[in-house]
Amino acid sequence: MVRTFDAGYFECIVIGAGHAGCEAALASARMGVKTLILSINLDSIAMMPCNPSIGGTGKGHLVKEIDALGGEMGLNIDKSFVQSKMLNSSKGPAVHSLRAQADKHQYHTEMKKVLENTNNLYVKQAEVTSLIIEDHMIKGVITSIGSKYTCDVAVLSTGTYLGSTIFIGDAELRSGPNGLSGSYELVDSLNQYEFDLRRFKTGTPARVDKRSLNFDKMEVQWGDQDYELFSFMNDELRLDELPCWLTYTNNVTHEIILSNLDKSGLFTGAIEGTGPRYCPSIETKLQRFTDKPRHQLFIEPEGRDTNEMYVQGMSTSLSEDVQLAFMRSIPGMAQCEIMRPAYAIEYDCINPLMLNLSLELKSVKGLFSAGQFNGTSGYEEAAAQGLIAGINAALKFKGEEPLILDRSEAYIGVLIDDLVTKGTDEPYRMMTSRAEYRLVLRQDNADLRLTQKGYDIGLVKEDRYLRFQKKLEMIDKEYMRIQSVNLKMESLNNALASIESSPVTQGTKLIDILRRPEVFYKHLIAVDETRPNELTKDVIKQIEVSVKYEGYIKKQMQQIEKFKALEEKKLSYNINYNEIESLRLEARQKLMKIKPDSIGQASRISGVSPSDISVLLVYLEQQRRKNK
Amino acid sequence: MLFDTITAISTPIGEGAIGIVRISGPDAFPILSEIFKPIRSSSGILENRKMYYGHIVSDEKIMDEVMVVKLPSSGSYTMEDIVEINCHGGLMPLREILALILTKGARIADKGEFTKRAFLNGRIDLAQAESVMDLISAKTEIGFDIAMHQLKGHLSEKITKYRDILIALMAEIEVSIDYPEEDIEEITYSKIESTLTDLKEHLSVLIEKSKSGKIIREGLKTVIVGKPNVGKSSLMNALLKDSRAIVTEIPGTTRDVIEEYMNISGIPIKLIDTAGIRETEDVVEKIGVQKSKHYFNEADLIIFVLDASEVLTKEDHDLMELVKNKHAIVIINKTDLESKIEMAYINAVLVDKAIIKASVHNDLGIEALENEIKTMVFGNEVDMNHTDIISNTRHIQLVKDAEKNILEALSAVRSGMPYDFIEVDVKNAILNLGHVTGESVEEDLMNTIFSNFCLGK
Repeated sequence: MVRTFDAGYFECIVIGAGHAGCEAALASARMGVKTLILSINLDSIAMMPCNPSIGGTGKGHLVKEIDALGGEMGLNIDKSFVQSKMLNSSKGPAVHSLRAQADKHQYHTEMKKVLENTNNLYVKQAEVTSLIIEDHMIKGVITSIGSKYTCDVAVLSTGTYLGSTIFIGDAELRSGPNGLSGSYELVDSLNQYEFDLRRFKTGTPARVDKRSLNFDKMEVQWGDQDYELFSFMNDELRLDELPCWLTYTNNVTHEIILSNLDKSGLFTGAIEGTGPRYCPSIETKLQRFTDKPRHQLFIEPEGRDTNEMYVQGMSTSLSEDVQLAFMRSIPGMAQCEIMRPAYAIEYDCINPLMLNLSLELKSVKGLFSAGQFNGTSGYEEAAAQGLIAGINAALKFKGEEPLILDRSEAYIGVLIDDLVTKGTDEPYRMMTSRAEYRLVLRQDNADLRLTQKGYDIGLVKEDRYLRFQKKLEMIDKEYMRIQSVNLKMESLNNALASIESSPVTQGTKLIDILRRPEVFYKHLIAVDETRPNELTKDVIKQIEVSVKYEGYIKKQMQQIEKFKALEEKKLSYNINYNEIESLRLEARQKLMKIKPDSIGQASRISGVSPSDISVLLVYLEQQRRKNK
Repeated sequence: MLFDTITAISTPIGEGAIGIVRISGPDAFPILSEIFKPIRSSSGILENRKMYYGHIVSDEKIMDEVMVVKLPSSGSYTMEDIVEINCHGGLMPLREILALILTKGARIADKGEFTKRAFLNGRIDLAQAESVMDLISAKTEIGFDIAMHQLKGHLSEKITKYRDILIALMAEIEVSIDYPEEDIEEITYSKIESTLTDLKEHLSVLIEKSKSGKIIREGLKTVIVGKPNVGKSSLMNALLKDSRAIVTEIPGTTRDVIEEYMNISGIPIKLIDTAGIRETEDVVEKIGVQKSKHYFNEADLIIFVLDASEVLTKEDHDLMELVKNKHAIVIINKTDLESKIEMAYINAVLVDKAIIKASVHNDLGIEALENEIKTMVFGNEVDMNHTDIISNTRHIQLVKDAEKNILEALSAVRSGMPYDFIEVDVKNAILNLGHVTGESVEEDLMNTIFSNFCLGK
């Protein structure tokens, strides 16, 4: 036993400095709470141990929302990206998804700088080995060298470090990600407090030496020329773009992989953890989709100052010699040299049903958790939870109500509600199809949805708030204008003819002509004489979307109204569902375990039927009258 | 307003002289004015709490003569605006009027929902809350509601199949949205359009058939079998007498097979008395026997009659073998006479069948038989399968809603809306069909996406 000593008091302690931990610590400190962030290694702050990119479908929405609330991820990727692309730009505005390739090292350095220069925030290198919990309340943490820090609230975000094992071929290494040490003693501490732990798995492909690749045999992949940024605070940034490359596997690759399956921990049974269906290893892909003649892989730069290239699509737990052999069968990779081999990693995480919607553990007051520890996968999912956990830890410390975003307000709300209401059997990844109110939860309007909320809790500062208000004002003014401006028939028909849109028979209101799916602001420059010069791209986008898709958006708003009515019927945490005999047994058990916050949340629990919900409504009314 | 407008048939199921359809909620009065034409109110304005005589009209066509009354929220049972329509009894007029109301925007009430609203709106006192909960709760789920949920078999398979087609379509759309850079061929508008057009056709056929209400008119095919002189005809007459039935003899049928229509507790039944199913050399009789066999095979329910006063004959044994694997009720008739029949043997062979001791002559056992038929129908034992008819008004409405969703999706496709907008209505259609079979979308969609497409880094 190491001698422990008192190392000081912090109002909030954040354990882990990955994408969840960084957001949590920054939010808490910026809200005026004295915060300590602890990381096993300060050189791994905001490390990206897998893909060198931020955003993508669903994930890009999360980053925009984090930014709108006053989080850091959007600002940080804007400082460190090397290429950017709006995915789905040919589809509807609700599914446009921004994704940027990152310079990993720069991403880390910039985030570390921000942490180091934030008031109220203390950054320390230390491994937490146990939690101090008394009377179901968090009291502090103890580190591997005996430092004992006390606190009132804490955020647990251990990522893939917790109890982690690395698999490469038949090698099984007790190690954290990327050669860093894992966190093992903490597992015992969590078990002691009866955390419902489970084992998940994920993996990452190899990094190869750029000098060993022949790009002539691959297709070059550039980003958008007219790229957008993640943060609503940034208007324009200059970028020296780096390309990505596309190539494909072939029969030979597949044969090599299939004949070496016995050398993968996945198939020998060594790996027990549940992996995500959406990032299968290459060996899993080949086995499940035998008829696919080739699989694509993207070669992506890890940064500006390195020759390391990430081989997207080739995640594997096969041994390094097999990895090298199959990669060398791929066009452009014949001479390829591995710099870091691919690996699979297993780690401990909790059953997220242990959490409230605020991300506080039901069984430990003041202890919040976020990221992979909660059973998710992905930097953005982690950051989103980290932000909410940090905000709610700070609010808890101040004695204020938690910030809970619902499914109609944000992807973050969908993510957290899914986790704590339905749980998850595999690492959870955000997808736009998980959001039932997708048409309203667009990435372009994240600020309109959330910045006010961020301001109300004290996280959004004046500069951002002013920008936001100005934008709101401009949208209102422009909306008034397009309703009143009449375009003359002759000049309008000229503009319409140039884009093959059918002519009008009389002068037409600007708003009505913008309703046509094919007509955009840019087509009307010549006719729209009163258009104000200061109109920004952002404002135009909001107007175009709300005019063109008005019918659909209205329909969705009506659905949201119905949804809200049930969310607003709150269920007390103290209800003893076992005493409501009209509930079916399964419903009673589920409700006791999950303790939903509202009738709406209860209705999303599997095993709670519509008739159980009716019983709850009557029960609520009964209680209300009794209390009157 | 928290609540929408609900409607239901409020009189007990059965052949009453009148039946009542009730509407409750904010749209109750507007709906009434759309479907009701009073005979004598020249102004067309109906006063509250007064009974009016007139017609329920759909598309200028008179559906039924009715009496209606408007009860304003201030004093009504649910504390919402209520309309009560008194129409002719029997399932047909009631269901048709209910279906008409549903098309005007009301929703079918859940079980106990009128009472639930009465409570939530402060009409019923606290002491009654528990019984309201019990009323709603799954524990009391018996009776008519279960019969209404009779969707076993063919129809359910069809709806599941249509829903699966839609889920596969949605998975393809979602994959192209959530995995835009994967090496997967993107779904085309023409494929979406043709899939949706096909499905729309299928749903229209289902809806069209449901309009004919075939089951309701033709009833549960029930065949009475037994050797001659066992009491089949008397049983049939006893049932008919008891049921105050719509007795109609079908002209043109031979004396070999007699069909009668009757109604037991609201369950329409087509009762068939057969000539018997024995081996015979007689040519004329052979034709009759063949016909009997045909009816026997087509039957939804068999009533098998045995004579308690005789030992089992070869014909009885043959029939027992045939009946063994059918939905059947066994009547041991003539129990007023001395019993010679081998009950132990019958119990052993027809082990899972309801066996009722009766003396039709003395009117004994008829009620028990009627109750047993009710139990079997409501308890889902007899499914009216081999048919695509949706007889449940709620299900018909859901299928109609799904059809409407598909039409909207099609119009989005045709006007070139982006995928994510088309998907909105496709998803609603899946939801509506899922409500018929009781399934939700989320997991099914995710499973379809990941089992059909190779995705990931």
